Amino acid sequence: MKTNDIILQTVTKIVSFIILMFALHIFFAGHNNPGGGFVGGLLTSGAIVLLLLAYDIKTVANSLPIDFKITVAVGLLFAVGTGLGSFLFDVPFLTHAFGELTIPILGELHLNTAVLFDIGVYLAVVGSTMTIIQTIGEGE
Amino acid sequence: MINLLILPIIIPFVAAVILIFFKKDIVVQRWISIIAAAGGLAVSIILIRTVYNEGIQTVNLGSWEAPFGITLVSDMLSALLVTATSLITLCCILFSFRSIGKERESSFYYPVVQFLVVGVNGAFTTGDIFNMFVFFEVMLMSSYVLLVIGGTKIQLRESIKYILVNITSSALFVIAVAYLYSIVGTLNMAHISQRIAEVDQPAILTVLAVLFLIVFGLKGAIFPLFFWLPGAYYAPPAPIMALFGALLTKVGVYSILRTYTLFFYHDTGFTHELLTILSLITVVLGSIAAIAYKDMKKIVIYNIIIAIGVITYGIGAMNADALTGSVFYLIHDMLIKAVLFLLVGLIVFITGSTDYTKFSGLIKHYPLLGWSFFISVLALAGIPPLSGFVGKILIVSGGFSKGDLVGALIILMSSLFVLYSLMRVFINGFWGDPSGSMKKPELKIGSMLFPIIILVISSISYGVFSEWMNMYITQAVEVLIDPTVYIDAVLGNAQAP
Repeated sequence: MKTNDIILQTVTKIVSFIILMFALHIFFAGHNNPGGGFVGGLLTSGAIVLLLLAYDIKTVANSLPIDFKITVAVGLLFAVGTGLGSFLFDVPFLTHAFGELTIPILGELHLNTAVLFDIGVYLAVVGSTMTIIQTIGEGE
Repeated sequence: MINLLILPIIIPFVAAVILIFFKKDIVVQRWISIIAAAGGLAVSIILIRTVYNEGIQTVNLGSWEAPFGITLVSDMLSALLVTATSLITLCCILFSFRSIGKERESSFYYPVVQFLVVGVNGAFTTGDIFNMFVFFEVMLMSSYVLLVIGGTKIQLRESIKYILVNITSSALFVIAVAYLYSIVGTLNMAHISQRIAEVDQPAILTVLAVLFLIVFGLKGAIFPLFFWLPGAYYAPPAPIMALFGALLTKVGVYSILRTYTLFFYHDTGFTHELLTILSLITVVLGSIAAIAYKDMKKIVIYNIIIAIGVITYGIGAMNADALTGSVFYLIHDMLIKAVLFLLVGLIVFITGSTDYTKFSGLIKHYPLLGWSFFISVLALAGIPPLSGFVGKILIVSGGFSKGDLVGALIILMSSLFVLYSLMRVFINGFWGDPSGSMKKPELKIGSMLFPIIILVISSISYGVFSEWMNMYITQAVEVLIDPTVYIDAVLGNAQAP
């Protein structure tokens, strides 16, 4: 008998977006408040896992056509790339730069290359968590 | 260039990341791995020259000053070890092309090898005790994957044991670092050394020294902590075995060498005596086991354990001769163990048997293989013109000058067992009528023999030109004998608060 999980699926549609927004908030709050790439990444994968629970692996793979192993590699490239930037300026590895930047719509922003490193952490965490869960889920 | 000493860590890392994108394309994977390994070797040779000409190189990551940020330190010892690592990796990757198999190659074999090199080079180069732990984990995680990759029954069984042992020892490492941090309040190794000289608590520091010995002894397989090694190293295929045998245990030995010369020199009567006794027992048990087996892999595995004992005996003796000998022997042993594992892998590939009584007369059809094996066995045992001689003679003379007659004699005797254990393989397997080793026409081993020849030649020249190597090794030992050189290089003249 096929169970009817319309309540679960409807709630998931709303809640997963709230979780994703919260993940982004936590990610960007990391510099001055608790949070950062690691928790942000885990929350994002939490949202995807909720989708996996409400639907099935195929549906989620169709709506999110991402190879999460590649996500890990891209994340690592981000992290090592911020370090390699230091080779260009002949300063010690992983020396981070920061500054005030004026961007048309957003106004003046305090930007830091440590954020790029954190994006790397975020992608690597999302990628490895999802790879683990999908691989175990698909295994026979 | 200010970042030179980080290149041996970064090049394999970037290569590993790029390799992940080319999972299916095996030819591209091979080319990238070879280029990365060759680049790593070139950079580390430049690094040796730089350290030789300009003294110890340091880089403060993120431009944070020495005791506060992570400092990477490359003195001559770590530069030499990084070079040996790069050479061995290059040869093992070359050997993998024919022997590792398509299935493993397309399931992230090459990236994981590169990550292993990141871990090993990082552990050799770091100047921060917690960063060393992190690099240990990078190395161990990769070794878990390499051990289990392919998924045969024996690999699955042994990797469970291996992972259990290493998780336990990693937890112990964290606990040891926590104790150390609560006593000295710093993680930078030079700064720890400085603080240890200042704090007047020898008893708790001796406890810590023993705790660190347990941790690194588990990684480096000294008595009584080597129980996991024979099974774990038996399971994977030859090139992985060569990487493990040449690199992993040596990182543990390097850590013992570093901590016992930099941190724990206040109570040598207890700590170094303990190390000496344990390493002698290691040598004796390793010798017994090496002649007990008829299985070539097992024989070479127990020869690792003997060599570990010999090196740590030199560290325990703690005088200039013995330390020089240890450094000589450490590098020699990395090279020669890689050679032996690759040779054993090749013999098993030809004969299909690990038991040396099952075949004979190999030298009729494979003369080059036979003579490489012969030379590497002589080098391993320490016959004068070859590479094992200088290290062992210095360790023994260091033992004698310390007055430890029994210990030095045990080290000398162990050479006989080493020679006997592998010469048996040569006599039974290579001499006699060709049986079980008939030349199979389709079996061309040229490309597999090539990396072995490179390693044998570098091992021979390491022995023959030991006078020339001695310039570098003397410089490495100066730092070990006198920690203030290291401290000054890292902290500068500025007194840390």
